[in-house]
Amino acid sequence: MIFYASMAVAGWLLLVGLYGIVTSRHLMHLCLCLTVLQSATYVMLTGIGNRRGASAPVYAGGVPTSAPVVDPVVQALMLTDIVVEATVVALLLAITLQVQKKTGSTDPDNVSVMKG
Amino acid sequence: MRRVSRLTVFFAGELGLAALLTAAALHEPGPTSERDRYRVATTAPSVDLRQVTDAVSAVNFDFRGIDTLGEEFILFVSVSGVLVLLREPEAEERGLIIDAADAGRDMKPTSAMRGWMVGTVGPKVLFGLYIVGHGALSPGGGFQGGVILATAPMIIYLADGFKVFRRIVKFRMVEIAEAAGATAFLVLGLLGILAGREYLTNVLPLGEANTASSGGTVVAISWATGIEVCAGFVLVMYAFLQHVLAKREAAE
Repeated sequence: MIFYASMAVAGWLLLVGLYGIVTSRHLMHLCLCLTVLQSATYVMLTGIGNRRGASAPVYAGGVPTSAPVVDPVVQALMLTDIVVEATVVALLLAITLQVQKKTGSTDPDNVSVMKG
Repeated sequence: MRRVSRLTVFFAGELGLAALLTAAALHEPGPTSERDRYRVATTAPSVDLRQVTDAVSAVNFDFRGIDTLGEEFILFVSVSGVLVLLREPEAEERGLIIDAADAGRDMKPTSAMRGWMVGTVGPKVLFGLYIVGHGALSPGGGFQGGVILATAPMIIYLADGFKVFRRIVKFRMVEIAEAAGATAFLVLGLLGILAGREYLTNVLPLGEANTASSGGTVVAISWATGIEVCAGFVLVMYAFLQHVLAKREAAE
């Protein structure tokens, strides 16, 4: 049940993030929509790794290795992605600043024409 | 393209995507599937083979180390991109004018707020170092600890402004730290080859699980990542602050 719930949330975040990107009127808003879209992967990964009655994949303090735990692979994927995404968004915002400087506009519709 | 026609095309695609996602979720085989072998292969072996009690760190810095190396270089390249796009070549010489722009910033904390902010810097640094250093034992590691460490200079900026921030954060030093962190990851991977094994093989002494010296290269790579992530975030902050302050100065 929790699996389908997390899939539903992930799907919704993906679709709503895409909608935001397509209808965006401001490049900064577009960057934030991208983070919404990307958070779909976090929800999906944790949902996939989840196991009924399992705890975090940490055996500190003498927890036996036979104890039921969730999948650590998807958690590792997710945690690196969160940190890396923050710097990628910083890069996109830096590009936004440059676009504004060069074209005087932050509307994605006005900056679609590339000039040499 | 007109807005209406664009939305029409978009919603057609969105509906199709929604249908595909639903179908995919319904056909998902669930936890009993073949995929569970990844969980089995990485949980108990992280303790039995690597003496690492945090399986997530074992996956990140050992089992899946080569992928993490790639991820770390996405971070490295993004930070480089931010620095290139926002560079202000003459900003260093305009130090005094930056001070003036700093004085005009919107939010000035009261002395009580400032005291609390500065007071949290020490605990933040200690907590960050703890999280980086204990990645092999308990939840944590280089990525999480690095971000915590990077909040310390940020709180200094919020409390005291860019002038003090710049006095504490030497741009060149942070740049060197970032490059050193990235290089250290690469070099730690080479240790495996030097020992006649594969790249990123855990060849350092593994120690005993549940002790601070356990994990071998997991701990070493965690430190390398922590330094790089922290330095990368501080550089991004530095670049944005400098850009904004230079702009504010130009507006005045």
